[in-house]
Amino acid sequence: MFQWISRLVLFIVIFLFTFTAYAVSGINLPYGVTPTSREIYDLHMACFYICCVIGTLVFSILIYSLIKHRKSKGATAVHFHEHLGLEIVWTVIPFLILIGLAIPATIVLKHIHNTDRSALTIKVTGYQWKWKYEYLDQGISFFSNLSTPQDQILNNAPKGKWFLLEVDNPMVVPVNTKVKLLVTADDVVHAWWVPELGVKQDAIPGFVNENWFYADKIGTYRGQCGELCGINHGFMPIVVQVVSQVDFDKWVKLHRPNAGNEANQTLTMKPLSEKELMILGKAQYDKSCGMCHQATGLGLPPSFPPLKRSRVVTGPLDGSIAFVLTGVPGTAMQAFGQQLNNKEMAGVITYIRHAWGNDKIIINHKQPIIVQPSDIERVRRKNL
Amino acid sequence: MTDAAVYTQDPDSHEEHHGPEHGFKRWLFTTNHKDIGTLYLFFSFIMMFVAGAMALLVRVELFEPGKVLLNPEYFNQMTTMHGLIMVFGVIMPAMAGLANWLIPLMIGAPDMALPRLNNWSFWLLPFAFAMLISTLFMSGPAPDFGWTFYAPLSTTYGPKSTDFFIFSIHLMGASSILAALNIVVTIFNMRAPSMAWMKLPLFVWSWLVTAFLLLAVMPVLAGCVTMMLMDRHFHTSFFNAAGGGDPLLFQHVFWFFGHPEVYILILPGFGVISAIIPTFARKPLFGYRFMVYATAVIAILGFVVWMHHMFTTGAPIAAQLYFMYATMLIAVPTGIKVFNWVATIFKGSLTFETPMLFALGFLVMFTLGGFSGLMVALVPSDYQYRDSYFVVAHFHYVLVSGSLFTIIAGVYYWLPKWTGQMYNERLGQLHFWLTTIGMNVTFLPMHFLGLAGMPRRIPDYALQFTDFNQICTVGAFIFGFSQLIFLYIILKASFGKRTYQVSNQVWEGATGLEWTLPSPVPYHTFETAPVVP
Ligand code: HEC
Ligand SMILES: [Cu+2]
Ligand SMILES: [Cu+2]
Repeated sequence: MFQWISRLVLFIVIFLFTFTAYAVSGINLPYGVTPTSREIYDLHMACFYICCVIGTLVFSILIYSLIKHRKSKGATAVHFHEHLGLEIVWTVIPFLILIGLAIPATIVLKHIHNTDRSALTIKVTGYQWKWKYEYLDQGISFFSNLSTPQDQILNNAPKGKWFLLEVDNPMVVPVNTKVKLLVTADDVVHAWWVPELGVKQDAIPGFVNENWFYADKIGTYRGQCGELCGINHGFMPIVVQVVSQVDFDKWVKLHRPNAGNEANQTLTMKPLSEKELMILGKAQYDKSCGMCHQATGLGLPPSFPPLKRSRVVTGPLDGSIAFVLTGVPGTAMQAFGQQLNNKEMAGVITYIRHAWGNDKIIINHKQPIIVQPSDIERVRRKNL
Repeated sequence: MTDAAVYTQDPDSHEEHHGPEHGFKRWLFTTNHKDIGTLYLFFSFIMMFVAGAMALLVRVELFEPGKVLLNPEYFNQMTTMHGLIMVFGVIMPAMAGLANWLIPLMIGAPDMALPRLNNWSFWLLPFAFAMLISTLFMSGPAPDFGWTFYAPLSTTYGPKSTDFFIFSIHLMGASSILAALNIVVTIFNMRAPSMAWMKLPLFVWSWLVTAFLLLAVMPVLAGCVTMMLMDRHFHTSFFNAAGGGDPLLFQHVFWFFGHPEVYILILPGFGVISAIIPTFARKPLFGYRFMVYATAVIAILGFVVWMHHMFTTGAPIAAQLYFMYATMLIAVPTGIKVFNWVATIFKGSLTFETPMLFALGFLVMFTLGGFSGLMVALVPSDYQYRDSYFVVAHFHYVLVSGSLFTIIAGVYYWLPKWTGQMYNERLGQLHFWLTTIGMNVTFLPMHFLGLAGMPRRIPDYALQFTDFNQICTVGAFIFGFSQLIFLYIILKASFGKRTYQVSNQVWEGATGLEWTLPSPVPYHTFETAPVVP
């Protein structure tokens, strides 16, 4: 029996190791692309090796005893049960080892806490379930949503390479620049975590936490929310694109709000055809609303109400618009007025008033279905 | 006792040393520490299958990327309930069951000091858990904010059922406090006259320390959930930033309870191991005194390290450094314990019956969990580990070994004493090997997942994490289903026909008062105090 079992154990161990070696890529912390991530990696490995040494020592003695001191091999117990010297030895030696570990940990921690002299400041705000990035000096601000289509999550389409680790608008930062992060949250606690940057910072409502990174390699780095924040906690990834300074400047120019603002504004105010609105609206709905109210419009009651046959959606036009613009404070229904521009908003409202048979109810009430950006602007003004 | 109750009693039981009543009433009204111990243990056993089934559902969902079985909302309910039930419904009651059964036997007392209270502290539990589990059948979601129920996710954003959760925590807390009180009073007042403090078995010492921990922190937990209740219904803003409150306060209060709680879960287990290893090494425990001191030091340090769960919350560096050093310090007394157990084994005369196997499994896996504990104590590294699967691996290594393995070891060890039946050794060994293999296949790969960047509590994951997750799921099923062997063994020992006689001492190397009693133990024991050798 015993032999049989030990063979089984051996087999499983070998299987696990070979499997690990061949089939799986990531089994350790990434070395990362920032000085802090590398310092953390080194500390992690140092601690790991120390544990290996202690473990080898303790387990060898244990295994030696288990083999040598068996009753079945005729071992008789030696009755010693106290030894002050030994107790002191194994109190003091671990203590010294701990000091040896605490020193480098303290040094690394001091480094991590030094947020001085950053060249770029980005405010990061966690929302249920997306991130908002505000470049304070550049005046750029945008939301970053999961961009993996629902179909892939529900296994109706083949999964892409970056399944669940892709977003519509990544954070873009220049290489070799100290980027300061001001991290907070709008609703519940989230955590902004990108392993390769060596940053994990809790985003807590009412607090602004500082952190920073200095990426020295151009590339795209991915992470996820690191604190349970509700139903879609697993669906709010983080993507950081580290680009050259030149590319970053170009990106800033393109996204600066006053650059071509006028044109933008008129563009978002241009009336659209019903078809255009519906296409735009469906896409925007899937991105901004679908995770709660579901593609079917049935929601996940009672947490998230259905929009199909909803009184708010099928009621008077201005009421629908105002509701989505202002949201319901203290619930997951956010004020989308800050997140979507007039054109996007017009699309979404048109879409929810059209879809799932809502249009029939609205027509019965002799209310308009189509919403134009100008309607949104009107309600915005009224609500101010 | 009321007249009615007297009349319905079995007429034969009117002698001095009567046996138990029969049927349901025996269990409902019992004040006998052995009955109550049995109730606790069976309750915990049932809950283990409930919470285990939830864990398996979680593992099924995580078998592949993409939705497999559960929607994210239900997934969160399963992780939450799994954690809550395992901590409050499995491990704590099982430890309380062992305490009830064993403390009076070990200190030579006829019963617990406060038998009626004892009855009540058990019977609160079924109601508490009925209330908690009933939330799964309500129209809204059950608690879905993780067993740590951070505000404001559990307050402003919590589902309606959170109120049931709050009251069930209150009931559990009351139950634990009463049980702890009873244990403290029993150990102080009911020891046989010749049972000096430094002769107390380590199990009793560990439980004494644990009981003090419980008395200190369960009221904090109660305060914490009460503040939640106030925030949810009475317009206070303890944890609501918008109202001038502080979401971090929640975390401080919770972890002030939460860290000592992990010692509440494992210290009694240390006591069990300190009983088992000497028996099967046929050699007294090495360094008894230091073991006692180490237990006390662990408990005291346990009060001053809570912020190591909050290293990423933006704590100032001074706080981080202090909490890092204090946390690392706990490795010293814990190390002393491990070294002393190894020293006890060294030059013993070892045999490997099932209790010993589980004790050794504990020793190895707990040490591994201790190593990852040391790693997560380092603040800079913790930035990468925090809330990743590395942490999940860490705490399952310490809790599955430190609590579950020690409880199972203890049950195998004392089962013949309780029931007078020896379990089937081959089955016991099979149970051990399957459990150990399953446990390691489940939780070892989680270290790698965490390091590679997989956050915990996510219902779906990126493609690169697939392989390890599949291994974990396979392991979890081995781990889970092998507990059916345990179920069979327990049921057979409890209800099966007695096959052969077990001696008083049961195990060749066993020492202690409980082994001087007949097996099975009579309903009433030590009515006159024994003399401790
Ligand atoms: C994070 C989850 C979430 C997202 C995303 C979300 N909602 Fe909501 N929505 C809610 C919740 C929760 C309510 C219920 C609020 C309350 O308590 O009244 C709600 C209510 C509504 C209602 C009122 C329904 C009724 O009959 O009462 C409408 C209309 C609505 N949402 C539209 C939208 C639109 C349009 C979007 C996308 C732009 C959206 N929601 C995105 C969570 C969400
Ligand atoms: Cu999250
Ligand atoms: Cu802790």
